Amino acid sequence: MDLFRLKAHELHEKLTRREVSAVEITQSVLARTDKTDTVIRSFITRTQDAALAKAKTVDEKIARGEAVSPLAGIPGALKDNMCTNGIKTTCASKMLANFIPPYDATVTEKLAAADAVIVGKTNLDEFAMGSSTENSGFFTTRNPWDTDRVPGGSSGGSGAAVAAGEAIWSLGSDTGGSIRLPAAYCGIVGLKPTYGRVSRYGLVAYASSLDQIGPFARDVRDCATVLGVIGGYDRRDSTSIHSPVLDYTKNLGVGVKGLKIGLPREYFVAGMQPDVESAIRRSIDELVAMGAELVEVSMPNTKYALATYYLIATAEASSNLGRYDGVGFGHRGEGNDIVSMYKRSRAEGFGPEVQRRIMLGTYALSSGYYDAYYLKALKVRTLIKQDFDRVFEKVDVLIAPTAPTTAFKVGEKIEDPLAMYLMDVCTIPINLAGVPALSLPCGFADGLPVGMQIIGPHLSEEKILQVAYTFEQAHDYHKQMAPIREVD
Amino acid sequence: MKLNRKDVEHVALLSRLELSEQDLDKYTGQLDAILEYIDVLNQVDTSGVEPMAHVLDIRNVMRPDVVQPSLPREAALMNAPEPENGFFKVPKIVE
Repeated sequence: MDLFRLKAHELHEKLTRREVSAVEITQSVLARTDKTDTVIRSFITRTQDAALAKAKTVDEKIARGEAVSPLAGIPGALKDNMCTNGIKTTCASKMLANFIPPYDATVTEKLAAADAVIVGKTNLDEFAMGSSTENSGFFTTRNPWDTDRVPGGSSGGSGAAVAAGEAIWSLGSDTGGSIRLPAAYCGIVGLKPTYGRVSRYGLVAYASSLDQIGPFARDVRDCATVLGVIGGYDRRDSTSIHSPVLDYTKNLGVGVKGLKIGLPREYFVAGMQPDVESAIRRSIDELVAMGAELVEVSMPNTKYALATYYLIATAEASSNLGRYDGVGFGHRGEGNDIVSMYKRSRAEGFGPEVQRRIMLGTYALSSGYYDAYYLKALKVRTLIKQDFDRVFEKVDVLIAPTAPTTAFKVGEKIEDPLAMYLMDVCTIPINLAGVPALSLPCGFADGLPVGMQIIGPHLSEEKILQVAYTFEQAHDYHKQMAPIREVD
Repeated sequence: MKLNRKDVEHVALLSRLELSEQDLDKYTGQLDAILEYIDVLNQVDTSGVEPMAHVLDIRNVMRPDVVQPSLPREAALMNAPEPENGFFKVPKIVE
């Protein structure tokens, strides 16, 4: 049996029934990765030895009759912008190519405490800036459904790894869609939790008021399990939320009877791929047939979200990335005086998209332009947030496409930053409002997965997961794995 | 034109980025196109709207001032490109 094809909850059952060992599960995933990752290229760093050592300790616990967590012995992967003590954390940037953190991110600590097995660190667009992994300073990850195409980004390595069977679950970070877009393109489940639900301590900052860590998995139950492990207040992140972490797997089966679903018309944008739109509309009809009630809603400020995001995110990035100065850590260029050393270090260390965003953000914050750009964007952000507050007085969740198209081809948009930014048009407003949203597979268009986005109010993760679970269980998308042309 | 080559040169200096002539041309075109797009925000009436820097209503988060273990010096210097005698070495700053 191919253990790498199973879900975490299935593997957990087999482990506790002692039908398989954690070492066997880990070996299956590692062997799969040996075979597939020469083509898919999800991983920047693999940690086979540490993974097997951890699996062995889990087997010993089980042998002693100890109870183990639902993630114990289950192989997963971390996006390479989450700090791992003693293991390289590169952010897919030449700037941090040799950076070895002297501490763990909070999520890394929590996963270790849950005895999860970590098989490696995954590729991303440099510093999480991008929608395809083509902005990685090292290499581009491929979509397991069609290796000519991108896996989405920025957490493309984490998405592709789970879709390809190179990990059972993984973590990504989502600033403007960076979990949900790869989940949609790779045909898996991805959740961006409420801003502050998961600690950002040890997550390398891109745009601090928008960044949020969340899980990828091959079904909704696994996604709920991982959220339960990583969520919670953390005194080291003052923006983490004081609210109890639920057992999100407990009430997944409550159904959608009487649920009010809002359909925001502004999310069905002009230029949307017709078979993506029809897949989403068909899925909504199915939820209605299962007992949900549909309400058409309008969120008039949606069309300003992308512009707002690209001012706020880049302004925050220009400040956050000021720390890369060639002194304390990271790449250092030659220079006789301090300013030339800074300029050389940063020009050599950062790739073009990162440079572009730093400059855009610096411009938006600079003297004479602050009011016209940055302050204006903060005001429009208020209006966008108010759109969400208003609709959630009327509906329980919103349903929308995750992206206007299916996965695009490698190279197709890389020379046109604005065309690339448009891929995030349906995901960005959610980060600006700070609310949670999940992407799950809802069909195929020309052989490529289509993602449906379920959006809820502040801290409504349980509700979102319940809706997703109800839809998922009526279909078999979660039972299909990408057939990798070169391997399977 | 929203911004010209001179603006980009200035922003590159503020951003501490050394750009080639070729990069300057490329970024000028790309940033101009992005700013052109961002102009859509001028359609929005924001008079009387409060700016929102953050979605959570958090102000100064306080905690007791308790001594905690900090990063040992060796660990802090472990990733430094040019450490020397327990310090970070930089080019001359003061004339």
